[in-house]
Amino acid sequence: MLDFRGSVIAVSYIVAAVLFIFGLKRLSSPATARSGNRVAAVGMALALAATLLDAQIVSYWTIALGTLIGAVMGIYFARTVQMTAMPQMVALFNGMGGATAALVSVAEFLRLTRAGESIGVGEATSIVLGTAIGAISFTGSIIAFGKLQEILPGKPLQFPLQRLINALILLAVLSLGIVVVAGSDATPLWGLFAAALILGAMFVLPIGGGDMPVVISILNSLTGLAAALTGFVLHNQMLVVAGVLVGASGTLLTLLMSTAMNRSVANVLFGAFGAASSDAAAASTAVGRTVRQTTPEDTAIALAYARSVVIVPGYGLAVAEAQHTVRELATDLEKRGVSVKYAIHPVAGRMPGHMNVLLAEANVPYDQLLEMDQVNGEFPQTDVVLVVGANDVVNPAARDDPSSPIYGMPILDVDRARNIIVLKRSMGHGFAGIDNALFYHEKTRMLFGDARQSLTQVGQALKTA
Amino acid sequence: MSQELILGIYVFIMAIFVGFEVISRVPSVLHTPLMSGTNAIHGIVVLGAMLIAGSADTPLLHTLGFIAVVFGAANVFGGFVVTDRMLEMFKKREVAQTEKKDA
Repeated sequence: MLDFRGSVIAVSYIVAAVLFIFGLKRLSSPATARSGNRVAAVGMALALAATLLDAQIVSYWTIALGTLIGAVMGIYFARTVQMTAMPQMVALFNGMGGATAALVSVAEFLRLTRAGESIGVGEATSIVLGTAIGAISFTGSIIAFGKLQEILPGKPLQFPLQRLINALILLAVLSLGIVVVAGSDATPLWGLFAAALILGAMFVLPIGGGDMPVVISILNSLTGLAAALTGFVLHNQMLVVAGVLVGASGTLLTLLMSTAMNRSVANVLFGAFGAASSDAAAASTAVGRTVRQTTPEDTAIALAYARSVVIVPGYGLAVAEAQHTVRELATDLEKRGVSVKYAIHPVAGRMPGHMNVLLAEANVPYDQLLEMDQVNGEFPQTDVVLVVGANDVVNPAARDDPSSPIYGMPILDVDRARNIIVLKRSMGHGFAGIDNALFYHEKTRMLFGDARQSLTQVGQALKTA
Repeated sequence: MSQELILGIYVFIMAIFVGFEVISRVPSVLHTPLMSGTNAIHGIVVLGAMLIAGSADTPLLHTLGFIAVVFGAANVFGGFVVTDRMLEMFKKREVAQTEKKDA
């Protein structure tokens, strides 16, 4: 039986688990989402306060100092980060959670062996898995952060024998795990920790920047799983519930993202997509096809006299930080009575929902943001489509050309609209390194230049149009 | 296998069903906040770090516990604050238009 203090802690944990579930439930609508996040935060505060009552704790200094430093760091980053840098921020926090789970697993093993307590096979297995998965998630997230922050090249990094080396490291992690479970020595666990750290980095390095929505989702689910495993080690069911909720969310997003690219998760992880195809694509750029250029003035006129305009944002919008400029242009068009909507492809940008957050920051009401299925039927009745920094997600080859590497990927059917204007820096290829037939379409006009500058010029021209 | 482990596995499996049920209702507009909000929730492992830091009796355990608390706390506080900042921005059309009048 639990004593009074133990019971208070146990009940607090149950309430916290319920608050987590309830908070996530409120995320199902933008109207209640903010309160949902706060409900989950209250659950977290309750769980952490209850933990401080635990009789196992004899000194509060390390906890207080660590929490203070961590909280100040976390809140500072969270408040100052640009919305365009959100994918790398999410990756960074995710990595920290993974590191915490791995360190807790290792330390708990050390604590138990020092106390001379026998570690059951179940606990030992949880410790091994928690350490390995947490460590993989940590370095994997750091590499993803580096790629998104452009400290590391976004292109897939490949080297000879990569798969063989990765397989050997994985084998090392597994065999060291068996040694840890069989014995009670800490040395192989440290070895496993180190090998898993290397494996995490090696696993994300060969994945290209455009596949980051899938990678971030997977890493998110791995950290959740590591947290749940820590719950097994500490005999804490609330930790299991919280970890599994995160794991489920990450898994669901992973599946949604890879479905949206019509590729299997394995293909994303091991395909090194976007590395090999670029040479072939460059060679296949057809000679004699013409690109029709346009000017900001002509674009302004086309937009001003349209009845309906659909804006298709892509990663280029985030790079140019053009979300506010595009919203201002849309507002001016609406004042003229033009209907303006935004078409959001699920994998536009570098993480799930990336474009939605950017446009929300620019005060675009969320009921103007349409998903692929909602908007595809509307393109034939759309006068002008404005493509801002999107490429592969509007490439008709994905629908029409069985020889294309992205064939079968669901796309936004912008080529069915009456007029298409594409804002682009140059004739460079998208992430997949594939030529885009849309740019040569007779209905397409290209407006070259930085997206924000181009949009500003269009906005100025619109005032006199 | 211990009773406790079996109980843990039960909870694990049930939570998978609850998790999928709840999260599959989140619309794609909110996928980024979902990801960063769940990110904050997995920061709950910081409680394990607190238990270790608070009961540490060797320099090594002190160090491990301390680093884990710092990382975990950054994950929890940063995660919730950044999610709140994001969700604050999601507005309906009515709100956007009142703002336009103010401007």
